[in-house]
Amino acid sequence: MTTVTATRRTFGQLLRSIQIPPVYFFLLAIFLVGGILDLVFSDGQIFSNPAIRLNILVRSVALGIVAVGQTLVIIGASIDLSVAYVVSITAVMSSFVMQGDPNNIPMAILVVVGIGIVIGLVNGLIITKLHVNAFITTLGTSLILKGIINATFSNYSGSVPRSFEYFGYGRLGPIPVSVIILLLVVVGGWFLLSRTKFGAHLYGVGGNAEVARLSGLRTDRVLIGAHILCSLTAVLTGLFIVSRLRSGAPWVGPDGFYDLESIATTVVGGTLLSGGKGGVWGTLAGVMIFSVLDTTFNQLGVNPYLTIVLRGAIIVLAVASYTFRSKQEAA
Amino acid sequence: MTQEMPVANAAPQAEKPPVLEVQNITKRFPGVVALDDVSVQFMPGEVHAVVGENGAGKSTLMKIMVGAYVPDSGEIYLNGEKVSFAHPQEALAKGISIIYQEFNLLPERTVAQNIFFGREPSKLGVIDVRQMNKNAEAVLNEIGVGSMITPTVLVSSLSVAEQQLVEIAKAISFKAKVLIMDEPTAALTLTEVRLLDDLVQRLKQRGMAIIFISHRLNEVFEIAEKITVLKDGKFINTVRASEVAPADVVYLMVGRTLDHYFPPLGQPEEFGEVVLQVQGASNDFLQDINLELRRGEVLGIAGLQGSGRTELAQALFGVTPFKTGSVTLYGKGITMRTPAQAIKNLVGFVTEDRKTEGLCQMQPIRDNMLLTVRSIQFVFGAILKDGIRKSRNLVSTLGKQVDVKTDSYDREVQYLSGGNQQKVVLSKWLASDAKVFIFDEPTRGIDVESKASIHDLIRNLTRNGTAVVMISSELPEIIGMSDRILVMWEGRIAGELPANASETDIMLMATGRTANGSMETAAAGME
Repeated sequence: MTTVTATRRTFGQLLRSIQIPPVYFFLLAIFLVGGILDLVFSDGQIFSNPAIRLNILVRSVALGIVAVGQTLVIIGASIDLSVAYVVSITAVMSSFVMQGDPNNIPMAILVVVGIGIVIGLVNGLIITKLHVNAFITTLGTSLILKGIINATFSNYSGSVPRSFEYFGYGRLGPIPVSVIILLLVVVGGWFLLSRTKFGAHLYGVGGNAEVARLSGLRTDRVLIGAHILCSLTAVLTGLFIVSRLRSGAPWVGPDGFYDLESIATTVVGGTLLSGGKGGVWGTLAGVMIFSVLDTTFNQLGVNPYLTIVLRGAIIVLAVASYTFRSKQEAA
Repeated sequence: MTQEMPVANAAPQAEKPPVLEVQNITKRFPGVVALDDVSVQFMPGEVHAVVGENGAGKSTLMKIMVGAYVPDSGEIYLNGEKVSFAHPQEALAKGISIIYQEFNLLPERTVAQNIFFGREPSKLGVIDVRQMNKNAEAVLNEIGVGSMITPTVLVSSLSVAEQQLVEIAKAISFKAKVLIMDEPTAALTLTEVRLLDDLVQRLKQRGMAIIFISHRLNEVFEIAEKITVLKDGKFINTVRASEVAPADVVYLMVGRTLDHYFPPLGQPEEFGEVVLQVQGASNDFLQDINLELRRGEVLGIAGLQGSGRTELAQALFGVTPFKTGSVTLYGKGITMRTPAQAIKNLVGFVTEDRKTEGLCQMQPIRDNMLLTVRSIQFVFGAILKDGIRKSRNLVSTLGKQVDVKTDSYDREVQYLSGGNQQKVVLSKWLASDAKVFIFDEPTRGIDVESKASIHDLIRNLTRNGTAVVMISSELPEIIGMSDRILVMWEGRIAGELPANASETDIMLMATGRTANGSMETAAAGME
């Protein structure tokens, strides 16, 4: 019975019914192109190497975690440019508090989580209560954070104990701990968005804030919540980075371009920059696209600037294809 | 002006106490007093209609009762207890629910998600999706559309009428004591209007107070026990529907007879050659459009919301162009793929929504008036060719022509009243020397005086040899202004009617029936 209906459906209908974000076709295409280049130029050594395959995933972790948070605020029709410096401040503060002593780990985590909540709360309060545009608000807090940490720390300060490096380098069986954490964050984000009241309200606030208000929703609280969660994902990314680097420095956030790249991967993943539509699975694919591209081109020895050019082209192409699709659907 | 009429608002004798009462409500917006000292009582188990022209303050009053606006002064009493709502949530929690005139749904969410938006059944914040869909189905069944609308489909995939039904389902699901319906039938067909009527009867029997806003008077008289008339933000009277005739209510609403309201129609000898002709044109929203527009005539376009009226205007102006068919202007085939081409072909478009499409709110009157002229001139022309003096002269000529009331043309248009803003929109098209004008809802939401002067202006345009296409959802305006009337239905032109056609004939066509259909069925849902 089920097979009959399944075969009657066209392939396109099937895809729509299981709702795979279209960005996965981009990801597939990038994999295929990477695979062909790999076969032609290096006899398939890149993708057949398990270490490199894992590296693609590990490269996705830092950006992936914070991009999930960014997806939340963008679905709420907001934006967070301060995440890069939240990453920095987390990296620096956690290694400074830990000072190589495993006994300090809980304290350090408590401190940076606290900092993350405060930054998210401040961002959310300024945006919702003072009605300052989210772009400007988070640009402002981002500059404030930049000034503070650059004045306080000039270089690597403190270090993380060996046990904390488990986050960045440890494995559970064949799978890196960090990849498991990324997946947990993505699944958590998906659950939050699609199964909870908070998620439903966030889509509403982002889709049309006035409709949400007239439906009796306290829109401010929802958006403040999203900003706190976004800052917390940036904290988690900061903790991952410091466990990889073994010590934190003020420049790790801005040098990783976590602000603009988390926005870019969210949008490439199919989330509307104007809010109300999208999801974290798409964002994960967006992040993977970038890391597959980086890894293959890096292994092939392609000029790194060409990789950047391609990243730019992919961002524009992906988003252009979505607007084209949605125009067709409207027709 | 108030006539001798039975007054229902006087001391409630043996009646139950009012469930909702507003007293001395005043609300000002920049440049307008939307409500001026309005007091009304609403009884349980009663349908109470609030009528008035556009701009009379009906919607403002509703928004105050549901906490969407906070009044400047005055009190609200619910079951005799003084209440004040700072947020819609507070009104909803106290049992006041509303079906809005504009759609208040999230298109990218499902029907069930929309109905229970903000009140999702949940445990520890996790939504019980199955329960939510089941509840949504129950609510849809309750209003009798369970077979039409599935709870799990996206709202964006529904028709306009179906979306309106979802709105109604959403409002019902609050289990309110007071239900406000703001023009609930504007987008509905006759069958759906019947469903709504049945529903209203059932809700009334449960003791719910229903406040019904409409300007279809036949509908009001069929459904309501009491009628409150507002005019220009003031309370005029509350009357019992059984004790007055519709004509009395019309008199209260407009405060004058309708003939004074519109300039005389065009005379046959004033109509010239065909200016604009569209043949077999279609696009994604419109099918097989054929029309002719003659010099000197006002062609009225009527139709329900979502029938393709605005889409037709946008196609004629190149905003969403026709994909097939031909458009000729003075017998020459032309292409209008962009508004710029339309302006060069001397077509002007006065848009429906002056706030977002008609004016740059934060720019002065002067710059708004010159927008179209500048868009077709060489960019630096205004400065190089002695343009400053010329444009100053042009601005003052235009200002006098449309009679904008302002102390300076340097004032930002956002500070003007709706009527004056609309005059600025008009003047920007007058400046372009257009030969064909498209008006989309030229007088929506503006005061009576400005309305009359805009109608005079439109007629003067045709007297001076231009041709006008006028889209309006107000039937009196269509009938009062049009030399010919085209009625749209589901993206097509359903038919053409001569000047002075009856409202019944127009509404029959607009709901997909022919003019010779049975008159009894027509009277049920519309005027």
